Amino acid sequence: MSRADAQDDRAGESALTAPDPGVVMDPGVVAGPGVVAGPSVVAGQGAVRSPSPLWSLGLFRSELLTTFRRWRTLALLAVLAAVPILVGIAVKIETGDGSSLGGGGGGAGGPAFISQISNNGLFLVFTALAATLPFFLPMAIGVVAGDAIAGESSAGTLRYLLVAPAGRSRLLLTKYATVITFCLAATLVVAVSALAVGALLFPVGDLITISGTRITYAEGLGRALLIALVVAASLVGIAALGLFVSTLTGSGIAAMATTVGLLITVQILDQIPQLDALQPYFFSHYWLSFADVMREPVYWDDLVKNLGLQALYAAVFGSAAWARFTTKDITA
Amino acid sequence: MAEASATEPKRPGREPDRGERADDAVIATRGLTKRYRGGQLAVDGLDLTVPAGSVFGFLGPNGSGKTTTIRMLMGLIEPTSGSARVLGRPMPRASRTVLPRVGALIEGPALYGFLSGRDNLLRYDAADPTADPRTRRERVAAALDRVGLAAAGGKKAKAYSLGMKQRLGLAAALLQPRRLLVLDEPTNGLDPQGMREIRTLVRELASDGTTVFLSSHLLDEIEQVCTHAAVMAQGRLITQGAVADLAAGARGRLVVTTPDAGEAARVLKEQGAADVVVDGERVTSEPPERDLAEVNAALVAARVRVRGFVLERASLEDAFVALTGEGFDVAG
Repeated sequence: MSRADAQDDRAGESALTAPDPGVVMDPGVVAGPGVVAGPSVVAGQGAVRSPSPLWSLGLFRSELLTTFRRWRTLALLAVLAAVPILVGIAVKIETGDGSSLGGGGGGAGGPAFISQISNNGLFLVFTALAATLPFFLPMAIGVVAGDAIAGESSAGTLRYLLVAPAGRSRLLLTKYATVITFCLAATLVVAVSALAVGALLFPVGDLITISGTRITYAEGLGRALLIALVVAASLVGIAALGLFVSTLTGSGIAAMATTVGLLITVQILDQIPQLDALQPYFFSHYWLSFADVMREPVYWDDLVKNLGLQALYAAVFGSAAWARFTTKDITA
Repeated sequence: MAEASATEPKRPGREPDRGERADDAVIATRGLTKRYRGGQLAVDGLDLTVPAGSVFGFLGPNGSGKTTTIRMLMGLIEPTSGSARVLGRPMPRASRTVLPRVGALIEGPALYGFLSGRDNLLRYDAADPTADPRTRRERVAAALDRVGLAAAGGKKAKAYSLGMKQRLGLAAALLQPRRLLVLDEPTNGLDPQGMREIRTLVRELASDGTTVFLSSHLLDEIEQVCTHAAVMAQGRLITQGAVADLAAGARGRLVVTTPDAGEAARVLKEQGAADVVVDGERVTSEPPERDLAEVNAALVAARVRVRGFVLERASLEDAFVALTGEGFDVAG
């Protein structure tokens, strides 16, 4: 091992040269023999930089890189990208003889976009988002959010991040920002994959809104982007919930399983008529309201309710996660 | 690491007896206590003082509260009562100003297996608000080089051996010039060559003025590198002080190897040696007050055929046994 010294590095010299031990700045000599070599000298050499205000962005960047280089994250995104391909091919086979798609459209409460795909490939975007929003998308978010703190904790890396020191509040905020970024990325992966598959397999052009009016393809693309953003925002609630669960346990797997379990439970409860007094408070209750973007004019009521509900979940579970994480003993 | 520096003479000004005052201490705890939920008392009223510039050995059997103490010092665990000051500032309150100047290896290394060794260090460095992003790559390269991982820096961490992981953990502690290094069992999993390198590194760092706080259950490891030591057992501090003083508490023994054991024992008693023990061809005793050359001459004059005549220095283990009256076993 070379004895490259941190001091040399600070002086800008190549760290790879093996310095003669005598060259190493001798604190005792520099400070004079009477002065105790030690903290006073070290304080001089290791004058601590004051943190840059942009430092949090550096941590955020590191967090993003770490998350998106994980094989699991890429696998989740690949599954999400595959859904529009499967739906597109299924519709293509079904309508291959020139007939339009028969049957009851989008199913339970969902928008009836699927029957329109063979007329206009852009509808595959709406169909794919409607198909993935109830389960695939939130499950992927649940996995990433549940793993955010608990995964670091079970790997032991959490203690090293905290003694670095990342700061508990900042680390939590960075984690949440990363999960939100993943929500956006996941939604866009579905939308872009659907857009490409739709354009490849089906004709594109002007389209007809739910209200029956005709809009141009360009405007349709704008609506599609808006829908993707609304869908991504719909996932903010489960992301906060997952992050909170993640601060409760030291096991990444347990946090992921709990979050996905909660997701399924709430989806089931949302179908039980006797609970209709509670249902407006379920994070998934207004999810399919994104179809209202395709009305002319856009029908905002349920969209606003959805976004408000997501903000409420983010505030409540974000605070809970913060309260838990900033006071927790890190023993793993 | 070059082994040459191991024989480097101690610098003046780093005499172990200095800095016993609490305000000069790098670590000072007062009545530090941690009781875990469930009532288990892990650390009980700890008054620990680590003088600046020392290499401080923190000894104790497994389960004696060493790691809990270290976690409290690093702000990972909130003490139940008592206070801890690190670099003169209260912990965990001053984490953000104290921890950038502290490098730590706590309970073994923790790495992101899917990242390369280099990327692991980049991530830990990004978590430090005081680390300059512009010098990050150079500092990471220097740290890898310093622990002998320069060639393996691009390999995925999950492919590392235990010893390599340990080295990478050490590299993370050396990313910046530090005033205090906390190394919890740093030689775990290392081969003898690796252990020697770590000892050399510790001496090297200490000679640069860094205080090193080294926890271990290996007595001879502590004895070889430390200027000071503290001993814990069952959550309590048994003793602390300069290693020389601790070892002086237990006196060395005179060992005579001879085929004429009986006669040798008689002569030794005659010469004023107490506690003479005969064990086959080995006769040991407390060294008499007079010049040992005279003792040897007396043996030869009595026609005792002396094969070996050695004054065995008291080891820290002897000191430990003398202090606690017990062996070095895991607390039940």
